[in-house]
Order: sequence, then C-alpha cells, then structure tokens
Amino acid sequence: MNSIEEIQSEIIENFNLFDDDLESKLFYLMELGSKLEHIEEADRVEENLVKGCMSKVWLVANFSDEKIFFKADSNTEVTKGLVALLIKIWNGKTPDEILNSELTFIDKIGMSRLIGTQRSSGFASMIKQMKLYALAYKTKGQQ
Amino acid sequence: MIDLGIGLNIDKIRAEFPALHQQVNGHPLIYLDNAATTQKPFVVINAIENYYKEFNSNIHRGIHTLAEQATRAFEDTRLSVKEFINAKEVQEVIFTSGTTESINLLAHSFGKAFLNEGDEVLISTMEHHSNIVPWQLICAERKAILKVIPINDKGEIILEEYEKLLSSKTKIVAVVYVSNSLGTINPVCKIIDKAQSVGAKVFLDGAQASAHLEIDVQYLDCDFFAFSAHKVYGPTGVGVLYGKRELLEQMPPYKSGGEMIKDVSFEKTTFNDIPYKFEAGTPNISGVVAFKNALEFVKNLGHHNIAEYENALLARCNEGLNSINMQYSHLDKLPIRFIGTSKQKIGVCSFIVDGIHFFDLGLMLDARGIALRTGHHCTQPLMDRFCVDGTVRASFAVYNTISEVDRFIEATDSIISKMKKKTFTTTV
Repeated sequence: MNSIEEIQSEIIENFNLFDDDLESKLFYLMELGSKLEHIEEADRVEENLVKGCMSKVWLVANFSDEKIFFKADSNTEVTKGLVALLIKIWNGKTPDEILNSELTFIDKIGMSRLIGTQRSSGFASMIKQMKLYALAYKTKGQQ
Repeated sequence: MIDLGIGLNIDKIRAEFPALHQQVNGHPLIYLDNAATTQKPFVVINAIENYYKEFNSNIHRGIHTLAEQATRAFEDTRLSVKEFINAKEVQEVIFTSGTTESINLLAHSFGKAFLNEGDEVLISTMEHHSNIVPWQLICAERKAILKVIPINDKGEIILEEYEKLLSSKTKIVAVVYVSNSLGTINPVCKIIDKAQSVGAKVFLDGAQASAHLEIDVQYLDCDFFAFSAHKVYGPTGVGVLYGKRELLEQMPPYKSGGEMIKDVSFEKTTFNDIPYKFEAGTPNISGVVAFKNALEFVKNLGHHNIAEYENALLARCNEGLNSINMQYSHLDKLPIRFIGTSKQKIGVCSFIVDGIHFFDLGLMLDARGIALRTGHHCTQPLMDRFCVDGTVRASFAVYNTISEVDRFIEATDSIISKMKKKTFTTTV
C-alpha cells in the first residue's frame, strides 16, 4: 500500500492535469465520490453525521489489524468526492500515521478556490472528525 | 422569440456596472444573484468615493462647512426616499442598516407600544427569516400570538385562509411584498384592505419589491414599509423603514445613544422627534449619500420598463428550463421542478433538479462563471412547505441579457446531462 505522501502526490498530479479547468476538477471529484464504497443504510444516522458541513456527510470508521478503515457518504456529489479524497489517503493507515500526517495536497490543488470558503470549512470538519477517530483508536490501543 | 419592446438600452446600462465586466473561472461573468444583492453602477461607486474625498464629516449638530455639506447630502437622500416610495412626509423615512434592522426596529418598538397579551401578529409562510424571528421574539416577550397565513402549491397566499385568521385580536399583518425565494408578487392591496377592516396595521417587507415595482406607500396605504439600498443598486449597510407619522410617534425608540435624544440628564432623557428618535449613533453616511444616486438610477430607467424587461428575461428562462424538461419527457419524472409558479412574479426563477443536489449544480454553474444562489434562501419554513431543503435560484436585474439567460440554460442543460449520465469528462 502506498504511503500517505505518495497518495497525495498522485492526487496533486491528477488535479494538475486539468490546469485551470474548474469544471473538470469538480467532475473528477464527483467521479471519485461515485466510486466510494457504499455505507450501510443503518449507518446513515444522525450520530454519524459530520458536524459543521453544509451538506450531509455520514462517516464511520472501523479498526482492524491496527489500521483504520473509513466509509462515508453524502447527499451531495461534490462533498462525497471530498470525503473520498480523504479516504483514499487515510484508509488502511495506522492511527499514528493519520495523526502525524500533513495534508499538503489541499493547498497544492487549490482546494479553497475549487469549493469555496463554506465548503472548505466543512472539509476541515471532515478532516477533524477523521483525526478524532484516529485519536480515539490510538487511545483505545494504549489502554 | 420574445419581443423586447422596451425603452431601455441594455448595453448602455451594462456599461455603467464595472463588476459585470470580468472573467470568472475563465468565463465571462453571468451574474444571476440579484435577489441577494445587485451590482453597483458608477454613479453609486463614485458618490461613495466623492463623499470621502470631498466632504466626509459627521452629520447633524456640526456647524462647520463640511458637516453642513454632509448633513445636506444625507438629508437629500431622505427626500429622495420619500419621493421614491411616495411617503407623505420626509420625517416618515427612517434610515437603518437594512431591511433586517428595519424589521427588528419595527417589531420591537411596535410591539412595546401596541402588543399585549393575547394579541395576534400575522405573517405568511413565505416570509424571510428576517420577517419571522423578530416577530417571534416580540410575541414571546409581549405574550402575543404569531399566526401564519398558508400558501398554495403555486406559492401564493391563500386569501380565504388569511381572512379566516384576521380578527379584532390581529394587531399587525407583516408580509413580504415580493417573495425572495419564489418571486411571487403578493396581492398586497387586498391584504391591506382586509387588515384595515379589522383595524390591524400592515407592514410590507419590500426588500425584493423595490428594484422591480413602483412603490407608493400612500396609494397602498400600508402602515409600515421597509427595503434595503443594496437590492436597489445602492450600497450595502443602508436600509429604510417607512412608517405613518401617527404610529411612529407613539412608538418608543429601539436603540439609544447620540442623535435620538432631545435632552439628557442623569434623571431623565427626552427623545428627539421622528425620524431621529430611531436613528441612534453615527449612521452609514457615505452609503446613505450614495443611495440617492441609486434611487435616481432606478427612477430614470422607470420601474415599468424594468419590470417589463425582467419579465421577458424570466419568460425566456422558464421557456429554456421547460425545453430541458422536454428532452426527458420519456422519463416518469421530469428533471426540473419549478418552485413558485404564480403568474404574478418578478424575475426570480427557483427550481430543483431531480437527483442533483442544488449545491452541486450551483458549484458546477459557478465553474462556468454563472453566479446564482443555492440553498434555503433564509426561508426554511417555505422550503418545508414545498418539501425541499433548498433550491437553485436565478434572479434577474435590469442589466442581465437574453443571451446571458440562454447561456445559463445551455450550461444547466449540459451539466444536468453530464450528471444524469454520470459521463464525467475526466481522463485520469
């Protein structure tokens, strides 16, 4: 499995292919979202909603073999793409890897211009929620 | 083809708005978010600049020349507003920071003066949150009851239901003249007439109406009227509350501080006369001064011409969206559902697309340089009435063109088609 850094480089490279074509970047995001593994209907509940997002984002995590596996869904395609990016980077990583990683791709692909301020803040909430899961599993592992 | 038999030179009008002439995301900007705020013409922008360059000074009380000049310019705008809405007296025009503040002022001061336990306030289902929450708060404080006039599936007030709600307990009917989310022009004359028959006062939220319809508060005989400068090609941070003198005089001040007093001692303060009683503190002087130019701009074009032209834009938009629907007529469900289908509308087109979230469509349109609004438009109870979370809203102003509407339709068509088929154009 590729490292967090390698995956981020791949994402940056892919987005760079579109130059300034915002529409294609958005479609690419949506395409990533459409490939997300579906979450169970039972997981699409209030307590799995990421707080601070304009759209609805359901996020669940599982811990197995010291690694975290995320699943997510959203009621909007672009947001689904955003969470898919994070899952692409952090899926199957250890809590420490997630907690110590820096998401350099966000600035490099010009995310704030792509999705605007409000959605950027929702995106930050998703990141925070995923890191919280990592922290919770790390703490649990140490007990 | 729609005949644009109007006396307006749109190219010339567009040339007055510098912000319209720019590329957004590699495309020429198409600004269809006018119900949120309009762009500003040079006459407004220049007036703000001139004020600060030439006669910036605090108004009233100052005896020096600049203060006098600023005061005169400020009060000149009050006179322009009086004429714009045809108020009887200039003192009936109160400057605020916007429609929201106007309604807060009204709800608070009217409530303190006239609302008692068991009294009723009527609003409609299509109100902006700004015309809901201030009334909720004052009703809770005064133990009054807030009642809501229902609307039909087209997005029109149901007058029979309104009449049923009216009674001698009704103290004020606070309704929107033109709905920001739907564009519906409410039958305000009938609403006022019925309210008067039970002795209730009427407030009209004119935020959306003022740039599109001629306002005559004496003809309407409404008791209160509010609107914002920024939706009438004027600056942000300036609004108006009009009220009939005899009512305003009975109402206590809303905010306190400078300007609104006559005499202050530590024992007792006496208040200034209207409108100053309601204008505590230094106002947005530059904004108010420039507002006059915005009002003149609109007056010179003529509300009738503006409405006629914008109706043509709306008709073109509806026609275009309907033609998109026709492409999918083989499906059980057409993709576009219009929200707000009254025949009495200004140039606002609200819709949702089946299977495509309004946020996604809004972002995709923005990527093509098309600015419009997506969401609940601060009318959540109205969205609930239509069982939607929000809509995509295109709202037109006098500087929009038929060709812009066509480009908006083309873009919407192509985005819907791509998203429906999930034929993403990516090669990665």
